[in-house]
Amino acid sequence: MDDIKQTVLDYIRKEYLEEDDDRELTETTPLITGGIVDSFSMVSLKRFLERKYAIQIPDADASPEAFDTARSIEVLVNRFKK
Amino acid sequence: MSNIGSYTDRLKDFDWSLAEKELGYRAGEPINIGWYCSDRICQMGLADKKALIWEDFHGASKTYTFDDLRVLSNTIAASLQELGLKPGERICLFMDRVPELYIGFLGILKMGGIAQPLFSAFGEDSLLTRLDNAKTAAIFTQRKHVAKVRKILAQLPEMRHIIVVDPDGPPLREREVGFRLDQAKRVEQFTVHPTTAETPSVLHYTSGTTGQPKGAQHVHYSLISQYLTAKWVLDLQPNDLYWCNADPGWVTGTSYGIIGPWSNGITQVVLDSGFNTERWYSLIQKHRVTVWYSAPTAIRLLMREGTVVARRFDLSSLRHLCSVGEPLNAEAVLWSREAYGLQFHDSYWQTETGSIVITNVPEMPIKPGSMGKPFPGIEATIVDPKTFEPIDQPARVGLIALRPGWPAMFRTYWNNRATYESKFKNGWYISGDRASLDSDGYFWFVGRDDDVINTGGHLVGPFEIESALLEHPAVAESAAVGKPDHVNMEVVKAFVALKPGFEPNGDLELEIMNFIRKKLSPLAMPQEIEFVKSLPKTRSGKIMRRVLRAQEWGEPIGDISTLEDD
Repeated sequence: MDDIKQTVLDYIRKEYLEEDDDRELTETTPLITGGIVDSFSMVSLKRFLERKYAIQIPDADASPEAFDTARSIEVLVNRFKK
Repeated sequence: MSNIGSYTDRLKDFDWSLAEKELGYRAGEPINIGWYCSDRICQMGLADKKALIWEDFHGASKTYTFDDLRVLSNTIAASLQELGLKPGERICLFMDRVPELYIGFLGILKMGGIAQPLFSAFGEDSLLTRLDNAKTAAIFTQRKHVAKVRKILAQLPEMRHIIVVDPDGPPLREREVGFRLDQAKRVEQFTVHPTTAETPSVLHYTSGTTGQPKGAQHVHYSLISQYLTAKWVLDLQPNDLYWCNADPGWVTGTSYGIIGPWSNGITQVVLDSGFNTERWYSLIQKHRVTVWYSAPTAIRLLMREGTVVARRFDLSSLRHLCSVGEPLNAEAVLWSREAYGLQFHDSYWQTETGSIVITNVPEMPIKPGSMGKPFPGIEATIVDPKTFEPIDQPARVGLIALRPGWPAMFRTYWNNRATYESKFKNGWYISGDRASLDSDGYFWFVGRDDDVINTGGHLVGPFEIESALLEHPAVAESAAVGKPDHVNMEVVKAFVALKPGFEPNGDLELEIMNFIRKKLSPLAMPQEIEFVKSLPKTRSGKIMRRVLRAQEWGEPIGDISTLEDD
């Protein structure tokens, strides 16, 4: 798995799962629909991505669908990376 | 023809005894919500009717009939008794929207316990505050949430049992017990505890401006107005397939996600999934949902996707739409006409009111943006915020006030009688919400009268956020206010002054955001943090939140004569 997807999954595991939550996370694990990240928490994930990749993600593009998997997040990040 | 028929005719000689008669309840006899939502429906010949169609985000599904509800809630009630739990003890439900949550709610009530549902996204501090306040004796939870309970267990000496509904995996620990509903021995016959009208039933916590959250205590008699409002406002009819978006961690999810539909013998669908436009529309299409009770935040998220997505699905089964949580803006009502060919009917109520009190009912002309009119049996008005006398002039803003006495009204705040009593002035229950009345008797919401933040339909107390912020090592002082948000109406914004040695930067902002999310909840997490050198205070040192709030909303700051000089 390449950097962006792995970075997202590492961050999700560190910040959004409890320490002893050992469920498997893959690039297609549903994050929003699966209840790991909700629409409010999405804001801090968006902020993380913006800082990590020095990008600005417009609110209109930060939809629950775009944040639902590490794979879709990678697509989103790549759209705004220079 | 709707269930309510003519609203004006219903106002004439209305009496709640109408609902008592329909439910076969006679004053002084036992009344138990758990029994009314399961056993009674079976006795009416509907034992084989579907009660719950449950799906998760993977598409896995389970279906339960009313007889399943009866037997499985018996099973849970009997298991709680075997654990030594007694009537009157508080039993928490801390789970995602799994079937055990819904059926467990009925089981707790059947054995005489007080159900204490809590939102499963709560962090450990939010959980601790509420469990400690209620002196909760047991908690139902899932593997994924048990770690939060373990972290605070040492501070909860009254907590005797942690009941894990998906116990497979590593060994459970002290005070933990596994309970698999699908493997438990089914209990066909159970003697329901003879609760009466004023027996406590449900404890829902709600936030205020000051102090920690308060537990609004409801009683079994609440059934009377929950049943009738579900029938008349949601217009639930025998062949309906009903979907309520609310999580039972909040009052809508119990009053209208459990009690309202099931006491009417209605089939409901539950989706255990986060928000996703296509998933939601697929659910409506697949199950032919007819009545949908949603929330303005969700509707505005759907609006963002436009009508094009809606038209890709067959949503023709929908016949009645309702909304609750925060005011439904006129644009959302107009959009729903375009997207679904139907308009959302806004409704207004609170954790404390227990059931809908102001609403748009099916036969009433909707004024987009208005909350509607009082439900029959509810005396509501707008009062002056100083004198608490009713305001006669149309369009003049005051406080929404309700004459006490409807069946679902809360009976007290748990262990906080003084605050409960402070809610009543001049013979009215004062809601804390500002609104105006028009000349046709429609109510128009304006906002809160205090510093409580209404975000996505949930009330968040600034004190709780500020207290948690102070636990972060970099924070010297803070203030939390609501700022406008086009989806959630308001979101939390924090103003933070840092301790010496800390520099404001984006990493620190993100760290503080996550700190609050994990301690309290995603709802309480500031969506923005503004670092300031100092906060506006009165000369006596009290932080003037209203100055900061006015700044965010572009409103006049008002009297600042007591503001401390720089």
